[in-house]
Amino acid sequence: MDLQELKAVAQAEQERQKSVRVHCCTSTGCRAADAMGIYGNLKQAVTDHNLEDRVEVVGVGCMGFCGRGPLVQVDPDELLYEEVTPDQAASIIEAMDGGTAQPIQGDVNHPFFARQMRVVREYSGKIDPERIEEYIAVGGYESLHKAIYEMTPAEVVDQISKSGLRGRGGGGYPTGLKWATVAKMPEGQKYIICNGDEGDPGAFMDRSILESDPHLVLEGMAIAGYAVGANHGYIYVRAEYPLAIARLQKGIQQAKKYGLLGSQIFESPFDFKIDIRIGAGAFVCGEETALIQSIEGGRGNPIPRPPYPAQKGLYDCPTLINNVETLANITAIIRNGADWYSSIGTDNSKGTKIFALTGKIRNNGLIEVPMGISLRQIVEEMGGGVPDGEVKAVQTGGPSGGCIPRSMLDTPVDYDSLRKVGSMMGSGGMVVMDDSTSMVGISQFYMEFCRGETCGKCVPCRTGTVQLYAMLTKILKRQATKDDLAKMEALCEMVRDTSLCGLGQTAPNPVLSTLKYFREEYEELLIEPEYLSDLNGKEAPQEVNA
Amino acid sequence: MSPTATTSAVEPTAKKEKAAKPDLRFKRLDITMKRQQYAPDALIEVLHVAQEAFGFLEEDVLQYVAHGLKLPLSKVYGVATFYHLFSLKPNGAHTCVVCMGTACYVKGGDKVVEKLQAELGIELGETTPDGKVSLMAARCLGACGIAPAVVFDGTVGGKLSPEEAVAKVKVWEGEG
Ligand SMILES: Cc1cc2nc3c(=O)[nH]c(=O)nc-3n(C[C@H](O)[C@H](O)[C@H](O)COP(=O)(O)O)c2cc1C
Ligand code: SF4
Ligand code: FES
Ligand code: FES
Repeated sequence: MDLQELKAVAQAEQERQKSVRVHCCTSTGCRAADAMGIYGNLKQAVTDHNLEDRVEVVGVGCMGFCGRGPLVQVDPDELLYEEVTPDQAASIIEAMDGGTAQPIQGDVNHPFFARQMRVVREYSGKIDPERIEEYIAVGGYESLHKAIYEMTPAEVVDQISKSGLRGRGGGGYPTGLKWATVAKMPEGQKYIICNGDEGDPGAFMDRSILESDPHLVLEGMAIAGYAVGANHGYIYVRAEYPLAIARLQKGIQQAKKYGLLGSQIFESPFDFKIDIRIGAGAFVCGEETALIQSIEGGRGNPIPRPPYPAQKGLYDCPTLINNVETLANITAIIRNGADWYSSIGTDNSKGTKIFALTGKIRNNGLIEVPMGISLRQIVEEMGGGVPDGEVKAVQTGGPSGGCIPRSMLDTPVDYDSLRKVGSMMGSGGMVVMDDSTSMVGISQFYMEFCRGETCGKCVPCRTGTVQLYAMLTKILKRQATKDDLAKMEALCEMVRDTSLCGLGQTAPNPVLSTLKYFREEYEELLIEPEYLSDLNGKEAPQEVNA
Repeated sequence: MSPTATTSAVEPTAKKEKAAKPDLRFKRLDITMKRQQYAPDALIEVLHVAQEAFGFLEEDVLQYVAHGLKLPLSKVYGVATFYHLFSLKPNGAHTCVVCMGTACYVKGGDKVVEKLQAELGIELGETTPDGKVSLMAARCLGACGIAPAVVFDGTVGGKLSPEEAVAKVKVWEGEG
């Protein structure tokens, strides 16, 4: 395949596509409400009404507004239908033939959509993720061609550095710097790993990218391979994401058939193959050194760094590990240039970020916004606020992050601002909580998570999380005193400062941040120590036992 | 059902069974291991296939894999017990996996669990005594937009009230 042939595939696909495309979401969220039944009925209705020559039904990836799913959108008219049921599906087609559509009509200009800036999710929900031709028709694999034929590897690395892109997997490490480190290692076997473990509860953007636009990630990995001198990539996906895995498998096969992956890509000397590795349910495997152990077939125990994977990673070779969303940004940067990319976002956080907006909020789903947008804009304007009561806090960053109180909703969303208020960007989970949520309960919830997910290798994390969980339970049961609270705080700091990997180092964050902003909730649950000493030898009264 | 389900003998009975009657499930393991060229780092892949074929990872299956990949049994056991998705005990005929991720928790996933536990009379991670239903927890299904979510025999259900969840499980209880 050369560029002309790629363009010919694109053109043939554009000519094939019908003038009216009925996009039916077939991603996991909507599938749970029988999106596949809707898809089948839509197709049947097109046949029944003899509309095949101008209308086609396309199974697409996630459109973002998952809370209102299943979604169907008719393009180019931009008619959006929400909460569609299979028996309403036919009426959407009938509406093109003089009938009326039954499902609730959505608004494509709703702030939920209008405030977004789509770079990574540009074609998510618009193309069929199972057909590479649709990806090629919107310019897919042209960036890979451009990188191979118009740029040296060093120039590619340079563009990524200049773009200011930072890792979307949690740490926010500058991507260009990481690429440059691997590129500088002596020639020889090197690997690319795409981290698709997405263990953060409450985050599903990586899954959505893989399900909705798998080639975007595959192409990003290939460009990374070219840039750092690697010919082999692994994509590690958690087993809980079967649809993402299936679509990746299909994507890899199709790309190989077109000569876009495999040996001599675009008839150049560049070879790059991609294998899938499937996780087996362990949050800690998202940590890069643990992930490497897992790909090698072992237990996912983190190991101390340095040496960093960039120097000594998979099978002891230099390895570049990037998150799914990070890699999904690459093609756009190569296509539009570093200057374009760095014009989006804030000084230290460039580009857009996808957030999973969930919890007690009117509009649930995925949003892609430029860095620097305020939490208030996200929660109140896009999210429509909480259904009843008021926002109490927004939890960002999952188990490694913290809760930001209502009074700080004007905080801009970028790596540094979130850190300043004691939380984290993390992978982009954003769980909104209202007044009915107990902050101590949330802390206990996260500690239960960390207690269950610690790999057990180092003592502060293994026993610290168990103790912290017990102390939080004691507080919730109204059996703890001021002393206990002080001990718990000290233990939080100890676990944070002495654990080996990010899991233990950040496990106390939810507790520390809720203590910082919602201390009175903890204190209300405490009992007086004198009261306890009064109990000496006597039976505890009812309330204490409750 | 399974010829290997009742034994825990040191001598892998499964192999004896195999000699007597070729067990297609072991054949499947053989094919998988061969395709991976018996590489020790294919262990997790092979265990996935084994779990799918046998339903759970019994000791003689672990031994069989250890032998095939030329790994010590301790390593195979160590890996099988590290990952939450691998199960060393058989599951019920039906599985109900409740999401316990943050989004689901905030939207009442804990209430769904309480109600299911009460209905089935078992705790999370257990199987009903008649072997019909296993109740399990997942960390996050990635369907947080439709929280709270539960997977009933592989099919995700979203925005579930505790009552709706119980109704789904009741259908299974009525069977047979
Ligand atoms: C306990 C733990 C879990 C993690 N889970 C993930 C994950 O699920 N996905 C991910 O991309 N990064 C995860 N990370 C971060 C990775 O270790 C790594 O920093 C990241 O994949 C690097 O990619 P990036 O530079 O593109 O962000 C985790 C880190 C820790 C400490
Ligand atoms: S901090 Fe926790 S998860 Fe990380 S290596 Fe230590 S015990 Fe394992
Ligand atoms: S899963 Fe259908 S819109 Fe997100
Ligand atoms: S928290 Fe339940 S699906 Fe994500």
